[in-house]
Amino acid sequence: MASQDGESLLVEIRGLSFARGSRVIFDGIDIDIPRGKVTAIMGPSGTGKTTLLKLIGGQLRPQQGSVKVDGQDVHKLRHRGLYALRKRMGMLFQSGALLTDLSVFDNVAFPLREHTHLPEVMIRDLVLMRLHAVGLRGARDMMPSELSGGMARRVALARAIVLDPMMIMYDEPFTGLDPISKGAIVQLIHQLNEALNLTSIVVSHDVQETASISDYIYVLSEGKVVGRGKPEALRDTDSAWVRQFMRGLPDGPVPFHYPAVDYVKDLLAGNG
Amino acid sequence: MMGWLARLGRSGLAFFERLGRGHIFLLQILAGLPGLVLRPRLVFQQIYSIGVLSLIIIVVSGLFVGMVLGLQGYNTLVDFGAAQSLGVVVALSLVRELGPVVAALLYGGRAGSALAAEIGLMKATEQLSGMEMMAVDPINRVIAPRFLAGAIAMPLLAAIFSAVGVWGGYFVGVGLLGVDEGAFWSQMQAHVDLYDDVFNGVIKSVVFGIVATWIAVFEGYDAVPTSEGVSRATTRTVVHTALAVLGLDFVLTALMFGNK
Repeated sequence: MASQDGESLLVEIRGLSFARGSRVIFDGIDIDIPRGKVTAIMGPSGTGKTTLLKLIGGQLRPQQGSVKVDGQDVHKLRHRGLYALRKRMGMLFQSGALLTDLSVFDNVAFPLREHTHLPEVMIRDLVLMRLHAVGLRGARDMMPSELSGGMARRVALARAIVLDPMMIMYDEPFTGLDPISKGAIVQLIHQLNEALNLTSIVVSHDVQETASISDYIYVLSEGKVVGRGKPEALRDTDSAWVRQFMRGLPDGPVPFHYPAVDYVKDLLAGNG
Repeated sequence: MMGWLARLGRSGLAFFERLGRGHIFLLQILAGLPGLVLRPRLVFQQIYSIGVLSLIIIVVSGLFVGMVLGLQGYNTLVDFGAAQSLGVVVALSLVRELGPVVAALLYGGRAGSALAAEIGLMKATEQLSGMEMMAVDPINRVIAPRFLAGAIAMPLLAAIFSAVGVWGGYFVGVGLLGVDEGAFWSQMQAHVDLYDDVFNGVIKSVVFGIVATWIAVFEGYDAVPTSEGVSRATTRTVVHTALAVLGLDFVLTALMFGNK
């Protein structure tokens, strides 16, 4: 598989359509995720960015279209094949999704204990290396309830890389973090992608942070890809919609007001 | 009228769809059970939190139910001069009916609701989804051990309930009301049949244990992942468990004792 630029593709999404009930979330979208790069999927809240990650991970089934990861059609795989593929995918959930009854150490060790028969000494070393990489080796004995939002996300990141995956999907990694934690996550995503030779998919609506680390950006809105390109190119795009989104302007093609009847008429209607 | 019919049809379809989902879910759980042979620790942990932690409510309730049975039974029997049969009345009531049924109702309220809330919250906080993405099947890892633990713990709790209840009846009947101790035990020994009474009671408690745990884990797993959804799932677990246990109790009793 190769994109138009001749890069090798890890994920290839073709003609993907997905609807929840009568609400269309994706309407025939095509997305290429090249190997070894950080690709961002951006768009306003409610455009189904998280849904896209669940479709790539095989947790949801599309009505039409295909998602190929490393050459395998995710939705044609049987249970065993899908689970084998997922061992090579990491995912960082917005909430962290840490197991609340396990300590930080046991959370990171969880995938190793489930999937390998490594001796406990080796598991300890592997876990401490991952925790060190995210700067939380000292927090190994804490419980998830004692962690701040940023720490929980870093622990979840350590857990996502513990099996040495080929790719990581980040679901809104910057949402709800203070500037320091946000900076730490930005740096970690960038460094891990370089150091571990990963492929990263970052789903986010935080324009600044995402643009600073991504090689390529897709902008989604109302089920379509409305913009695509390198971060600098997108900022100066011709599309008024994409410009509004990338610069965070309150009014533009996306109006400030939710559609409603005429304001004056609406107020007068209350007078009987 | 058409709107009413359409609503009725919709809720009927939703009911059967959910029933179907519940049965497919049960099959998935059963398929996950053989894998637990290699990981008994997962089951033991759950037997502790489902069974051992329910012991207090089971023992206390069993004691009081037995004491009430002793008191009521004595007051009725003494009119007929049959106070020596108190042991039989207490023991039969407990092993045939009250042990399995009351223990199952208490189990649904104590352990079932906790299971549903725990699994529902794991779903709401994306822990189950997270496991799936770590290539760990949550049905094998989370649901199956809890199901098996419930199915093992519930008959044991019912047995403990009955045993403590008999002791409560003895305490009131022999200790307080002066029934002859020898008659109390020997009549019980003579008239309680191992197969007809005890064994049938055990079958009931096994069935109730499986059904109550199935309802609890399914309600949790199928919960809408919000705080309201989890609270509804917990309520539904208790209500459905009570209805299922009482309904099944009638069916099982009719099958076991109906043609005598």
